[in-house]
Amino acid sequence: MSAAMELVEKAQLTTKPEMKPGDTVKVHVKVREGDKERIQIFEGIIIGVRRGGIRASFTVRKVSFGQGVERIFPMHSPSIAKVEVIRSARVRRAKLYFLRTLKGKAARMKETARRVTP
Amino acid sequence: MVTGIIGKKVGMTQLFAEDGTVQPATVLRAGPCVVAQVKNVDRDGYEAVQLGFVDAKTSKENKPSQGHFKAAGVPATRLRREVTLKAGGDPVKPGDQVNVSMFANGDRVDVIGTSRGKGFQGVVKRHHFAGGRASHGSMFHRAPGSIGASSYPSRVVKGMRMAGHMGADRVTVRNLKVLRVDAENNLLLVEGAVPGGPNAIVVIRKAIAAKPIRVAQVEPVKKKGKK
Repeated sequence: MSAAMELVEKAQLTTKPEMKPGDTVKVHVKVREGDKERIQIFEGIIIGVRRGGIRASFTVRKVSFGQGVERIFPMHSPSIAKVEVIRSARVRRAKLYFLRTLKGKAARMKETARRVTP
Repeated sequence: MVTGIIGKKVGMTQLFAEDGTVQPATVLRAGPCVVAQVKNVDRDGYEAVQLGFVDAKTSKENKPSQGHFKAAGVPATRLRREVTLKAGGDPVKPGDQVNVSMFANGDRVDVIGTSRGKGFQGVVKRHHFAGGRASHGSMFHRAPGSIGASSYPSRVVKGMRMAGHMGADRVTVRNLKVLRVDAENNLLLVEGAVPGGPNAIVVIRKAIAAKPIRVAQVEPVKKKGKK
């Protein structure tokens, strides 16, 4: 990346805890309702992370009332207040799209020792 | 008043607004430029200035060009473009600096550049012809089809769209919004795409037919009936 591009993008980068596919996370999303702002929490498993500087994003999947829900968050969006990593699991691939076809017990994953998030 | 500046495309990125919306942006390295020649009605028949893009690389010029720069009293620049003048402001003279601070956030600009060359292309890519069916025995895929009638007029009408060289044309993109001006680093961020690839040379000028900037009118949210 050129120095000029870095100059533009660097100011917008945010620090997030280390996130990997297989992690269970709580994403604190700022929601605007009229002129009020509140925090909504989206909790689920990260099934993929896309890198690429300011354009990075991650996909979180959860099963809500028996219906699978996926949400793609821009990594550095100012509307993400905070990301908490709750649990990490041992996974063997970078994109966990196979979870979409599994449900219930089959969609469980073996937990690994939690990394200490700074 | 000088209405434009020479720039180089750096690349594209995105900018986040406060509310989390994303704007696509092109980063341009604009200027600094120096006025190499001022053209006027008496001598040249029209009013304009020739700008030179001040670069780290020194320019090797032949004798006539050396004289051209010597007359202006500026160091030789490799990249030169002409931009028009607008009435008002201080009179421009050779040697004047032109930099990106001539633009402000929210201004509208036109960006003129050379589009990426695509080489020799068929009619489907070049003129958006629909083409034929790929399978089910179709024998007509990407061919142009009929290009005219037979005995009358016995020729192909002028301007018939056919295969040929595509891209590498002069393209003007009008009314791009200036998202940010970084005078310290000579950077200009405009909304959306501009012609050419990275390092493409562009001319950025004040929009000649500037559209007013629309501001979203937010209706006050009615409180839901609480009894």
